[in-house]
Formats: sequence, C-alpha cells, structure tokens
Amino acid sequence: MESGGYRGAGLKILSKYGVSVGDTVRVMTGDGEMSGVIMPRYESASEDYIVIKLKSGYNTGVEVSKVRSLEKLAGPAKAATADVQAPAQKPGLPKIALISTGGTIASKIDYRTGGVRAALSASELYASVPELAGIASVDPEVLMSEYSENLKPEHWTAIAEKVAEKVKLDRYDGIVVSHGTDTMHYTAAALSFALQGLPVPVVLVGAQRSSDRPSSDAALNLIGATTFAAKAPVAGVFVAMHSGTSDDAVAVHVGTRVRKNHTSRRDAFESIDVTPVALVKEGKAEMQSSGIELAQRGRGKLDAKTKFDSRVMLLKYHPGFDPDLIEHAAKAGYKAIILEGTGLGHVSKDCFSALKKAVGAGVMVCMASQCIWGRVSMTVYDTGRDLLDIGVIPLSDMISETATAKAMWALANAGDPKKAMQENMAGEISSAIPL
Amino acid sequence: MALPDPKTLDLKVGFEIHQQLGTQSKLFCNCSCKEAEQYDKAFMRRLRPTQSELGAYDPAAMFEFSKMRASEYHAASGTSCLVEADEEPPHEVNGEALDTALVFSLALHSKIMDEIHVMRKIVIDGSNTSGFQRTMLVAMGGHLDVAGKKVGVQSICLEEDASKVLGEGDGTRKYGLDRLGVPLVEIALEPVTGRPEEIMQVALTLGRLLRASKRVARGLGSIRQDVNVSVMGGAVVEVKGVQQLDQLVKVIEHETARQHGLVVISEKLREKGVDENSVGDRIDDATDVVGRSQSKVVKKIMSGPRPVFRAIRVRGFAGMLGFEPYPGIRLGKELGELVRFYDLGGVFHSDELPNYGISQEEVDAVKKKLELKEKDAFVIVGGPEDRVAYATDAIVRRLKAALAGVPAETRAATLDGRTVFSRPRPGAARMYPETDIPTIPVTSEKLESLAASVPRPWDEVVDGIASKYGLNKKLASQIFDSDYLQVFEGIAGSTKVQPTFVASKLTEDVTSLQRQGGDPSLLFDDMIMDVFQRLDAGAIAKESVALIFEKLMKKEAATVDEAIRALGVSSISDDELSAALDKVIADNMAVVREKGMGALSMLMGRSMAVLRGKADGQKINAMLKDKLGKLSK
Ligand SMILES: [Zn+2]
Repeated sequence: MESGGYRGAGLKILSKYGVSVGDTVRVMTGDGEMSGVIMPRYESASEDYIVIKLKSGYNTGVEVSKVRSLEKLAGPAKAATADVQAPAQKPGLPKIALISTGGTIASKIDYRTGGVRAALSASELYASVPELAGIASVDPEVLMSEYSENLKPEHWTAIAEKVAEKVKLDRYDGIVVSHGTDTMHYTAAALSFALQGLPVPVVLVGAQRSSDRPSSDAALNLIGATTFAAKAPVAGVFVAMHSGTSDDAVAVHVGTRVRKNHTSRRDAFESIDVTPVALVKEGKAEMQSSGIELAQRGRGKLDAKTKFDSRVMLLKYHPGFDPDLIEHAAKAGYKAIILEGTGLGHVSKDCFSALKKAVGAGVMVCMASQCIWGRVSMTVYDTGRDLLDIGVIPLSDMISETATAKAMWALANAGDPKKAMQENMAGEISSAIPL
Repeated sequence: MALPDPKTLDLKVGFEIHQQLGTQSKLFCNCSCKEAEQYDKAFMRRLRPTQSELGAYDPAAMFEFSKMRASEYHAASGTSCLVEADEEPPHEVNGEALDTALVFSLALHSKIMDEIHVMRKIVIDGSNTSGFQRTMLVAMGGHLDVAGKKVGVQSICLEEDASKVLGEGDGTRKYGLDRLGVPLVEIALEPVTGRPEEIMQVALTLGRLLRASKRVARGLGSIRQDVNVSVMGGAVVEVKGVQQLDQLVKVIEHETARQHGLVVISEKLREKGVDENSVGDRIDDATDVVGRSQSKVVKKIMSGPRPVFRAIRVRGFAGMLGFEPYPGIRLGKELGELVRFYDLGGVFHSDELPNYGISQEEVDAVKKKLELKEKDAFVIVGGPEDRVAYATDAIVRRLKAALAGVPAETRAATLDGRTVFSRPRPGAARMYPETDIPTIPVTSEKLESLAASVPRPWDEVVDGIASKYGLNKKLASQIFDSDYLQVFEGIAGSTKVQPTFVASKLTEDVTSLQRQGGDPSLLFDDMIMDVFQRLDAGAIAKESVALIFEKLMKKEAATVDEAIRALGVSSISDDELSAALDKVIADNMAVVREKGMGALSMLMGRSMAVLRGKADGQKINAMLKDKLGKLSK
C-alpha cells in the first residue's frame, strides 16, 4: 500500500481496514460518523491522525484513537483535472525551447491529493498560460525536477549541456530555462561562464508564488522571459522576474549581475550595480541602457565549456571570525576561497597568517565585498594593501555568488584561473558603476 | 398579482452568518483589524484561474477573471503588511480567533474537529490578493434554540475576511487591504421554512448569541448574512451582503416574489410552446441598423472602442420580456442586470421599443433583418466587440434558463432590500490544503479551558444586565442589542452617573438622532466615555449629553471639546446661575407679582430657554423656587 506520508498509528489503522490514500470511506467515531476521501499526510505532522476530505471540500483530521470502524465505500476517483482547450498556435512565430529544471513555474495541481506536477506538453503549457501561444512556438522539455536548494555544480553542467544541445540545433530563437528561485542567480552566473559566445538569449525564469495559486507570478514571468528570448536584439544569459510587486512589468537582468535579495517578494531579484537590461511590459521588451556591454543576437558562435570544479568555498568574514577556518579549508583540499570581506574588501589582520599559509599552499584566495553593492578597493587602507601583498585577488565589482560560480568554472576550464578571475568575461566586472 | 403564502411556495431559507471577531490582530498576521484612515501605498495585480480551475468556470466567468479584471490594492501601514499583499507566507493562526470559534462551537453544541486543517478556497474576483480565501472547518452539526425550536447547524468555520471594494473603474477594481485577513466566523444553518418574520428571528437569535460572548466586532458591516433562498424546490439562489435584519425580511420577500415570478413566466413560456431552440436561433450583427440611431445610449456606445450591436432573435417571446407577474419582476430587467456583469449598459428588447431614442423605423429594420414573425421578440446588445460577444452568449443562456424558471446564481442585496445579479454560481468550491500552515490539533484540555467562556443564552444575559445595573428589562435588552454595551458597562463601572440615564441616552437618544439623519459611526466609544466623565465631574449638565451627541453625529463637531464649545454648554458657576435667574425674574416681574409661586413653571421655561445645557434642570428648579419663596415673603 502506498503510505501517503502516514506512519505509526495512522498507517496501522489504514492497513488494518485495508484502506489507502484516495479511497472514499465512512469513519465511525465515538462522536458520530463522517464520510470522505482519505488524503495524504505530511510527513512531519503527528502520526495520530488520519486526514479526510469531506464533501464540502474541507480537510479534517480524525484522531486514530477515536476511530471505531473505517469502512471503504469506493476506490480512488480519477484525478480531477479538467480538460481545457489550448489556444491554437499562430503560425510564423519565433521558436523557443523551454527547459524545465524544477520549481513550479508551469504546473498542474491535482485537487484530489493537493499534489503539483509539471505541465509537460506544449498544449498543457499553453492551456496554463494562453498568452504564450501568441508570442512563440514553445517546445517544452523536462530536464530535471529539483528544488533549487538541491542543485549542485553537476546540475549546472547538465543544464549547460542541454542548452548547448538546443542552441546547436540552430532552430531556436531563444532558450527559456525554468528554475527554482533560491539558487537561480548562481545557475545564471554558472551558465554565463559555461556558455560563452551564445548567439541567442538564454533566459532563466522562476516564480516566488507557485503556479498552483491564482496570484502566482509564474505566468507573467514566463511571458516576460519568452517575449525577451523571442524578440530581444541581444544574446547571453539572463534572469527574468517581476520588476515590482505589481503584475505589470518583468525585469530582465544580466546573468552575472543578479541576486535574490528578498525571501518572499515577487521582485526579490535585483540587478546589482547596474540597471536591468530590459523591462517587458504589455508584450514588448523595452531595452534599457544597463551599463553592461551586451552581445548582439546572431553574432556569436557558441563556445561551451560546461565543467565545474566544486572545490570552492564562499567564506563570509564577521567580527569574531576564526582564522583557523581558512587553514582548515586549505587542508580539506579546497582549491579556491572567495572571501566576503567587509567594506572595501577587508578582513581582520588576525587572518593574515592563515591567508599566507593558504596562498602558499596554492589556494586561490579572492576578495568580494559583503556590502553587495559597490566595488572592492584594496589600495585605500593599510589592511587592503597588506591583503594584496599576501596575494589575495581583488574581484572589483563582482558579486560574491557570481565569483563562487566563476571560480568553480575557472578551476575546471581556465589555463590561469587567477588571471581569469580578474578578467571580465560575461559582464561580471564593469569599469564604471553608474550613479 | 398578490404573492401566495410562503408555505404554498415551499419557501426555504438557509443562513450563513459571517461575523467579524473583535481580536486585536488579524487571522494570519500581526496587523491591526482597525479600518485604515487613509491609504499610502498601492499596487496592481491580475489573478488568473489555476489550471484545473479552468473547467470549473463558464466562459463568462473566465472572461471576467482572466481578461478584464485587474485589481488595484490600496494599503496603509499598521493595517496591512507583506502578508496581505501576498508577498509573505501567512503566520500561524491567531490563537484568540481560534478560541472564539471554539467557544461558538461549544455554545452551539457542535462537534469540534479533532484536528483543524487550513484550506485555500479559490476566489478569483480579486477580493483576496492570493486568489483564495483561507478557511478552516472548526465544527459540524449542533443546533441553535430559537423560541423553543431547534434549528440545525451545518458547519462552523474560521476564515479570513476579504478586501473591501473601494470603487470600480474601466476594467479595474480598487480594493482596500485593511479588511483583508480580519478573522470571521462563518456559521451555516440548516434551511428553515416559515414566514420571513419567523426566519428573521433565527438570524436575530444567532446574532445575539454571538454578541453575548463579547468576542465579536460590532458596528455596521461587522456581521454579514448570506441567505440561500429557494421556492418550490427550485434552484438555490445565494444572496450576499445582507447587513441589517430589517433588510433581510425585505430581501426574502423580494426573492420570493422574483423566484415565484420567474416560475410563473416559465409556465407561460411553456404554454406558448416555446423551447430552447427558440432562443438565439439567429444572431445578426445590427451595427449598421442600430448604430446610426439618434439614441443617447447608442451614440455613447458608438463613440467608444470597437463598437458593435448584436441582435438576438427569440422566437415566441413577444410580450414575455416585458411581462411583470409582480411589480418590477420581468425578464427584461434580468437581462439588464446580466449585461452589467460585462460592464455593458446597452441592452434593449422588443417589448420596450421604440423607446430610449430608438425609433420605430429602427425597430422595424431589426425585425426585418432577423425575419421576425408577430409572436417573436428580439434583444439588442451593444458595446465593445469582445464584451458583446461574451454578453450575447450569456443572454442566450439566460433566456434558455428562463424556460426552467429560476437559475442558480449569486445575487447581491441592495440596501433597500432588493437583489441584483452579481455572478453565475461557481462550480463546487475548489479547495486544497494551505500547505504554509501546520495542522492544529484540538485537545480536550483546550476545550475544558474554554468551557467557562461559553456565552449564556440571551435572556439570561439581559436579566443579568437588568439586575446588575437596575435597568428595566426593555432597556437592558436595548442596551445589549445596541453597539454600546461595552462602553455602557465601562461608564456604569467607573462613574456615579445613573446607569438608567446612561442606557437611555445610548439607546433612545442615539436612535432618535439617527432617525434625524445623525451618523452613529461618528460617535466613538472614547467620546461617549469622555462625555459621561465630564457629566460625572459636574463639568456639563445632563441636558447637554444628547446635544453633544447630536453635534458629533451630525458632523458639526469632530471632538467633544469642539461640540461643547459650539454649544456653549460648559456649565456655569452657582453665582453666574443665580445672576442669570435673577435676570429672568426681573424681566418677568409683573407675572411674579401677580402669581407668586404660581409663576414657577413659566419662569422655569424661560430659564431653560436661556440656560439649557449650561446648568442642571433640577438645580435651576430648586434655585428658582428658593428665590420665588423669598420674593413672596
Ligand atoms: Zn499584515
């Protein structure tokens, strides 16, 4: 029997009466009787209740110790998903490949179980977001289904290879990658380095409110991402998400310049030190001057280097920071440390000796700032100059998450990783931060 | 035609009461439940049906939800945060609100759920920023005692209130977020039969039980009744937004007449041999014929975006669109309300034309175009093309439904006790779990701890108030039913003012001021307290209380101080009073000389005219008597 999250007393009583999740049952308790469908139970909830969906639609928990009998009235009903007519595809539209990696940007909910699954086919996708059918001809493909907090550099490799495969078909005007939001900015940075010379836009998109909710930001974000991927005159890796709390505009950010800056808001993703490259509003992608030089669509030739070396540590310095951590990292075999220093790029002088040892042992130590906005300037104060003398590499205005992904890529692909870290490859370093 | 006895119509009325709770904070966040005084932030959202929802709505609803409606939300800090804006997950359920729902369940002998699950009930009209209302089933079954009879309870739920509608513009609805998330208890009662007055007694009894708990919000809008009305076993019509009990009787009467009227119309239609195929068997574009009309309505439509007029042929309906079995009940009117749902105003039918500036020639041209026979009717609908397309479908469906009598729909109550179409009845409510909030077990210890809070029956509570404060039973029940029980008890407990006096000012005087056009919502509890404290301290006279209330309720003063200043009623000193009375006596010396003590009542009248509100009447009387006595000697 499928346990549906039941354990202990709950699981025992269901087994005793031969009842499974999805069955319609009549429960007799000391207080009376109740009929409904047995629903799954969340793993973390107490074991002592079974969950019943009543005819009114409400779920309610029945305490197992009160159950006198459980009678199965019917087996599972067919999943209640309505057949919806997808709008007809308009001919002659741009072609877009949609690669799904997880999250619930386009999904269907099963009201019987409350479960959510990805919308798999193009017609399901169009039924879910009908506007897409008027923007592009979208080929969806599910590559993986992972919460973004579970993604590793191996997954970046898989995503990069899938994108490269689609690009090489020379059939698509753009690629859209749906992604959980928690680490989307890391993946965006990783793809920016792995997929250089892209001839088309590759746009990552996610949702802060899952698409099983009527208020989901998924549809507008997907429309924004698809519009930009299909029509923008530029190429490269981008992230498209809500521009503000209102459902009126989607901001498109450069993949190496974006960060999730809020736990829950729709406009959590922000461009750091630059302006978003475009705002998608009312079906149009309005390009903006971002301060970053972008590749033109159709010019580039893809150079895919999709390997990553995950032996990189991102270390945030704080008052009371233990310098031994640096030595431990070096001993544990890390090849690079990205320090998130204070202010212009500082750590306490207490760390100097550990840093010397690490650098001496061949670890690449780089400095980004925990201020998030602004450039590290390590020649202003003594501490900065001392760190430079030790061999710490200043990362200019590169944000630390981007630096981490870049270091993993550089270790696996660059002849001289230290040099690579200081060169602008994908907009991650700029010579001027706009006022 | 006189309305038949409700009994022969098999009138059934079910109540669903939504009572706002008087909690400090909202159901799923820490914001205040108070109304915002002004809004300082705004944002815009568009809800869309989630995928499996699509099938549950007809094209009309799809049209409303996905294409036309944007919602503009207005927020004020203190009364809304990221939770109301759907920008942060809900916090855990407000314990005070849950306790109250449990207390009500105990009071109604209802079976409380072992474990409560918060659900999401899809509502995509924009009134909830999330697109669903969070609601939880707390108890089922039980009964309410109404004048010796038991009325069954179906369910008791705890849920969040929706945003309040601030206004409506072109395809956008404006909402205030302050009300969103205020805890509501929803109590659904089994349908009952009887005369509207008997049915009203049910609502009154339930309302009084809730108020006796002292855990509910008071004032206009704090309790809303939805009533489900059906006659002759027909479809159930849900009427939303009944706020006052006297309105309820009228609503039930109106719905009874409307539903029975529709049944009469359907019988007549069937007698005429009309069937579904007679409706909309021909629909023509009539823009060329109608669009040139000199009618103001038509001209306005033609100057708008993408104007079209469509003409719908309805065979055998001649005379039936304007037929009124009861005053104001006719199919034509139902169509008028229906097209308003699509933001259209332009609908005409052949029974009412020529009229509204549409000429006989234009009518004849439409008839010719549709090849109408003598017994046929037509309906014309005009407006922007896409909306007209949806409205045409809806009109055809509504006229087909007329053959069966009463369509199931949701209607809104008007303040004068009628009902108007608001939307088609959604399919069975789609609910799924609110996975952001853990389930809540209800322990027997918890219920035992709440047993003492269960409100006693209304008459017991009223008797208690009567004996505690020395009020007669009528005044005690009036103060209980008023919005001022709490402040009354506060005044009675903290001042030496006679409770009877306080209660009568807060019931009879406030009610009579309300009849004269005063607004009781302008009279806040803290102002009332202030007035009686000043009276207690001798700073104002008894007579001033009602005058101050009048100034406040008629918006002639914003504060008690302002009212007192405007009235000039701050009390005067004994010396000043004495001097003022001496003047009154001197002015009327001729009468005093003639009548002696017999002049007292005349002098009293003259004195009160000058001193009303500045000095206590009894004191004036005593002082005048004293002065007259001395003079007579
Ligand atoms: Zn709040």
